Amino acid sequence: MLSIKNLQANVDGKEILKGINLEVKAGEIHAIMGPNGSGKSTLANVLTGNKSYEVTGGEVFFESKNLLEMDPETRAREGMFLAFQYPIEIPGVSNATFLKTALNEVRKYHGEEELTPKEFLTMLKEKAKVLGMDETMISRYVNVGFSGGEKKRNEILQMLMLKPKFVLLDETDSGLDIDALKIVSSGVNIYKNPNTAFLVVTHYQRLLNYIVPDFVHVLYKGRIIKSGTKELALELEERGYDWLIAEQAEVV
Amino acid sequence: MNSKEFYIESFKTYESKLNGDSKSFLHQLRKDALKQFRETNFPTLRNEEWKYTDISSIVKLNFTPAINSTPERFTKEQINKFLFKDFDCHLLVFVNGIYSEELSLINNLQNGVVVGSLKKLAKENPSVIDSYIGKLSKIDNAFNALNTAYAVDGLVIVVPDGKILEKPIQVLYLNSSSDETMLASPRNLIVVGKNSQASVIANYRGISEKAYLNNSVTEIFIDEDAIINLYKIQNESDEAYHIEKVQATQKKNSVLNHYNITFGGAIVRNDINSVLDGENIETHYYGLYMINGKQHVDNHTFVDHAKPNCMSNELYKGILDDNARGVFNGKIIVRQDAQKTNAYQQNKTILLSKTATIDTKPQLEIFADDVKCSHGATVGHLDDVSEFYIRSRGVPQELAKSMLIRAFANDVIETIKIEPLKEQINHMIFEHLHKVEVGNE
Repeated sequence: MLSIKNLQANVDGKEILKGINLEVKAGEIHAIMGPNGSGKSTLANVLTGNKSYEVTGGEVFFESKNLLEMDPETRAREGMFLAFQYPIEIPGVSNATFLKTALNEVRKYHGEEELTPKEFLTMLKEKAKVLGMDETMISRYVNVGFSGGEKKRNEILQMLMLKPKFVLLDETDSGLDIDALKIVSSGVNIYKNPNTAFLVVTHYQRLLNYIVPDFVHVLYKGRIIKSGTKELALELEERGYDWLIAEQAEVV
Repeated sequence: MNSKEFYIESFKTYESKLNGDSKSFLHQLRKDALKQFRETNFPTLRNEEWKYTDISSIVKLNFTPAINSTPERFTKEQINKFLFKDFDCHLLVFVNGIYSEELSLINNLQNGVVVGSLKKLAKENPSVIDSYIGKLSKIDNAFNALNTAYAVDGLVIVVPDGKILEKPIQVLYLNSSSDETMLASPRNLIVVGKNSQASVIANYRGISEKAYLNNSVTEIFIDEDAIINLYKIQNESDEAYHIEKVQATQKKNSVLNHYNITFGGAIVRNDINSVLDGENIETHYYGLYMINGKQHVDNHTFVDHAKPNCMSNELYKGILDDNARGVFNGKIIVRQDAQKTNAYQQNKTILLSKTATIDTKPQLEIFADDVKCSHGATVGHLDDVSEFYIRSRGVPQELAKSMLIRAFANDVIETIKIEPLKEQINHMIFEHLHKVEVGNE
């Protein structure tokens, strides 16, 4: 589904990604772990088209289409979704309006009819319920006055509504208490199916107890230095990153 | 003939058109104003109050006073599209500053409430008008003098003590000059008695390819415990020049909510002044200006804290694109008597292009020692991360931008108490933004 080849990217002229190679197939869950500053969030932002990140080399194909040539909205309509680490507040625009606008743009792109207001609202209420969200949040402004946990939950709600094929979770677990983490994870697990793939960016193994990855990759200084299965995450939790970094140094 | 000579010269024709009106008490006011006009020159950039606003293009033109030219006529169907709808209101329509009885609709006013045209009420109700008009607002520049000299008509609202006007009053000022450059001089008076309330929507629209000058003066008297909400929405044509001076006097426990929303006009200048002449007064100034092309909007506000325990809060927000230029000058005086004053002021601007500019100047003069005052000004661009967030959900860039602009304007717009008006202003923001986008292509 997603094929990343030798991807390199800069932020403010500084080289952050130094050649990422990754293949993600439909139905798989991949976790990207690594110490702070290793390039995890950069990867998520580059894949979704944040123009603050400059791609300097390599290529990315999403279902055989050249992803890097698309603007962010086209990537979204093609089925990419990023759950933000720090969701943005949009005062004056209600959650319902925002989601309806986004959903109808995606549907239009695929030649589908717009949802009627009633259909939309039924769907929104149903998904909000899955996430244990209060119905009043539907009419509240996007993320305004939301707690950290509510913002993350709102990201997952957007995912459930937009039905993307490829989901990036960027540190979705940061700042979440265990109850919120369980709810957010259950949202992901409900959505998981053979036609979707996930790339879970996280600093801690904790999230991976709930969203169980098929593969775990360790990102360090802009490169994947080790890949393994979920056991690798457990090992990292126990031993930290230093042994891997030392191993890497020996190899070099 | 330069424009000053032109306005002095035109006064004779104007007097001959006034018929019986030239004998009313108003006419002495006009003649005095003309005398002052003779002795005053139009402000230039050398004048401190006008240093960022070059009005030479206005001074260069001779605008024919509306009463001296052929009246423009409209039907109800024609004006319908300019109105704010979906709420019950009284409607007054002024075409080029002159009241149109047939287009207006005022019904079931409570006993003693007076709503109508200055021209008519100066005859029917001279004593009330005479005790306020020209007394609240002193002439402080050539434009005020010109307005007063040519004050034929305008809005008059007089609410006696203890009356609450349930329905807002919508005033459509429709300006149109098909033949020649036209001067409209609406002269407005709003008096609200003790413990009374009124909401007024001043809806300025223009439909002209030709330049015209709308030069208004609005005097407001708010007696003890009274509340006025005044919503000014100015969407004149791009060729228009628009000048207004608002002068309010507030008595104790009164509240003024003034909204100043600007979309139109080539050069726009607003002076909004309030004297807080009593204790426990609240004054709120909200401003939003959304301009593009070569538009120039200058807002001068003045809050005069004369007595203790009052509160003023001011929030002005600008969205400037292309080569548009904004000026904000916010003056607050806290006089020696005015202890325990709370006075806040904020001016925030978003520049959508590299060539748009804003000059913002807070001007605080504080003579009391136990007060809380603050002011702040920010200038920025639309946030890239926010735009990315919205686009990453499939929303196109143009719409993402307009959502962010709406978000920026929201803390001004959301305080509007008339829900349908709020929605329609939001819609105007979208429309205006769309116009901007199209204009760029």
